[in-house]
Amino acid sequence: MRFPRIFPRPKSEYGIWSWISTVDHKRIGTLYAVTSFLWFLVGGIEALIMRVQLSQADSTLIDPELFNQLFTMHGTTMVFLVVMPLSAAFFNWLVPLQIGARDVAFPRLNALSYWIFLFGSLFLNFSWFVGDAPNGGWFGYAPNSHVAFNPTHGMTYWVIGLNILGIASIAAGLNFIVTILNMRAPGMTLTKMPVFTWMTFVTSVLIVLALPVLTVALIQLQVDRLYGTHFYNTAAGGDPVLWQHVFWLFGHPEVYILILPAMGIVSEILPVFSRKPLFGYTFLVFAGVAIGFMGWFVWSHHMFTVGLGPAANSAFAISTMAIAIPTGIKIFNWIGTMWGGSIRFTTAMLFAISFIAMFTIGGLSGVMHASVPTDAQQQDTYFVVAHFHYVLFGGAIMAIFGGIYFWWPKATGYMLSEKLGVTNWLLMLIGFNLQFAPQHWLGLDGMPRRIFTYAENMGWENTNMYASAGGFIMALGVLFFIINVIYSARKRVPAGDDPWDGRTLEWSISSPPPHYNFEKIPNVAHRDDWWFTKHPELIAEYYHDEHAGELRAPSGAQFDDDDFAEDEHAEAHASDHHDDDDHGHGIHLPDMSYYPFILAIGLTIIGAGLMTYIPVIIVGVVILLWGLLGWSMEPVNDPAPEGEAHGH
Amino acid sequence: MASASATYEIKNEHGEVINTSTGLSNKKLLMWAFLGSDVMFFGSFIATYLVYRNRSLVGPYPADILEIPITSVSTFVLLMSSLAMVLALSYIQQGRQKLGTFWIFSVVVLGSIFLMFQVYEFNHFAHLGLTPRTNLFGTTFFILTGLHGAHVTLGVLWLMFLGFGSLKGTLRKDNAIDLELAGLYWHFVDIVWIVIFTVIYLISARDVAPPGSPPFVGH
Repeated sequence: MRFPRIFPRPKSEYGIWSWISTVDHKRIGTLYAVTSFLWFLVGGIEALIMRVQLSQADSTLIDPELFNQLFTMHGTTMVFLVVMPLSAAFFNWLVPLQIGARDVAFPRLNALSYWIFLFGSLFLNFSWFVGDAPNGGWFGYAPNSHVAFNPTHGMTYWVIGLNILGIASIAAGLNFIVTILNMRAPGMTLTKMPVFTWMTFVTSVLIVLALPVLTVALIQLQVDRLYGTHFYNTAAGGDPVLWQHVFWLFGHPEVYILILPAMGIVSEILPVFSRKPLFGYTFLVFAGVAIGFMGWFVWSHHMFTVGLGPAANSAFAISTMAIAIPTGIKIFNWIGTMWGGSIRFTTAMLFAISFIAMFTIGGLSGVMHASVPTDAQQQDTYFVVAHFHYVLFGGAIMAIFGGIYFWWPKATGYMLSEKLGVTNWLLMLIGFNLQFAPQHWLGLDGMPRRIFTYAENMGWENTNMYASAGGFIMALGVLFFIINVIYSARKRVPAGDDPWDGRTLEWSISSPPPHYNFEKIPNVAHRDDWWFTKHPELIAEYYHDEHAGELRAPSGAQFDDDDFAEDEHAEAHASDHHDDDDHGHGIHLPDMSYYPFILAIGLTIIGAGLMTYIPVIIVGVVILLWGLLGWSMEPVNDPAPEGEAHGH
Repeated sequence: MASASATYEIKNEHGEVINTSTGLSNKKLLMWAFLGSDVMFFGSFIATYLVYRNRSLVGPYPADILEIPITSVSTFVLLMSSLAMVLALSYIQQGRQKLGTFWIFSVVVLGSIFLMFQVYEFNHFAHLGLTPRTNLFGTTFFILTGLHGAHVTLGVLWLMFLGFGSLKGTLRKDNAIDLELAGLYWHFVDIVWIVIFTVIYLISARDVAPPGSPPFVGH
């Protein structure tokens, strides 16, 4: 059974069509990275406009409505269009390489995730051009976002746009769960997986379970706004607190969806530049799993001032304080990794260390919010703004930049300039602290969030001026990153396969990796397998006995007998690969496909139709079905032409 | 631990040996993970229904509308479709193509009967004055059962696709996994209905006007 084709199956490896029809996880990772970096610039510009407005008292640069739109779109952009997809870029690039696989489990589904993400993000931002950008905050509180109080189209764009983006995230999450569980190279047990892969797995599980909850809230608000149902209509008895519960039941796991990949990234960078294995791997992994689990039981700490009563508030205060324990474990493990190591202060390492410092500050102010009476003072003030920017910018974005500097040579084959890199890091770190540290004081002094201006006699002008200056210094730092990318692309200092003395499998193959990744699927004997392959003399240092396989932990020894079990394949290592002069012939990778692109277009047109006319929906459904049927009847690989080798 | 180097060899639908780390096929793992995701989806809607139970400001209320006997029949039909699904998969796996095809289409027919009951019910309720815009009960009832109906519809279309595949011989013993996936989905949707039937019909069908709200006297 073959679905009739309108276009021939794409074959070309060059040009725009090769990108549109690609199913290669590395190319999709690049698409994610470029797209979300552009959104990072958009979100940053939105923030800078707000900072200019707030730099002086009684400023009239922008009106309150535009300010509402700016903070809503800044938050929505940074969460859904920047940190999540930038993390997805790392998932895509790294997970198959780290687990010794040739691609993800479902390459076409992976492409679909990207295209839905791209069209969803464009759909959301299209609202700027019709003058009705979303204005109800990134949390979209109903009934404030209900049509009765918010009659413009902005929040409808938001609701439908986020629903489209949610489908992309769930599809990607499912894909990475299956990839990590099922595609690992022989010998790579779960306890030998690199920590970044582990954190990707935990994040994917959170995405798959938390995003549907957001989808439900969005569907409820969407049918309310479009068809006059009553989920959030207070006039018909709708509960004004229900949205908060449903949204934060999604929203708090979402916080960990944003930060866990960053934690994975620094867990890869720190051991490499400390020249030591990660301290307390098992603890670090279990702490990540614990965070992912406990993240479901803390959502009401966003609602301490709602009036849920002392019993609920106490329960959520305790669970929120408890989640600081696994987070603290991770911080101690990272410090323990650096302790006694021979540290190299590369740009990537500097970003990773800044991550630990900034994230600790943000984490500590987070524990302060866990106390209900304290939180009552801080709710809706700049203190909270300072807190979550320390976690999400000082934390997630710092780690992601570190990750970019760390893996850039692997992805492109050439180095980024370290001089420009250190400048980039320094400007970002100084600017960041200049902007957000004073906001702690502003918040404790009572300056509320989400106001477009403040009076002259409040004494907030100097502090706000510093904060705005800090914002521009950060922007300068980002500019240095862009300069660095352009400069280094011209200079093209070759990186070699393994410029940092890396530990995980991605450093065992060429830079950039061939499209089939591994000529021969590696056999894995140890954690940090590639590092021990290069430095067999170190095996004795970190294992009591290679064959008994006990870890000689630096201190606080913890032995996991089955992790380092005897392995008859210990000799067959990734380093053998280059002896093979087969160069990837006979490796069958999935063929390219344009159906994911078509399906994503159909889905977005349906979204547009929901806002406009029913015929548009029908057009969208037809395109969607075309994509779906074509996809389901298209074989992963077309039969090979005559004469081509079939063997593996 | 001997499993340190193990991957499991399984055969894909083209009879090629592929290695997976768990011994499960990728597709099956994907379906299970998706069903986990869908649990959160329905769970949130069911929770919303329970939160809004007895909170409608105007009628009609569940006691004015819901009829357990009629919906019990459609529930029975849906439960029997799950039995048919089990038989269909079993026969396809044994290579008994004709019986397999028969039972696949039986699932399609039973699922369609369930959907027809739902269409009848929705029409009937609208006639009695309950629409999604009437009150909180209408909103939560129609959106929850409607989205369940959408899941059933998708399942019916999927199984029709597989049923024709079975007729033409493209769905066979060796790629029975494709039917198994549809089966997992179908049983899941069936289980969700058991919860919905319990919550909406068995538990709240006698709910009358909450204190302070006017009783429903019809439109």
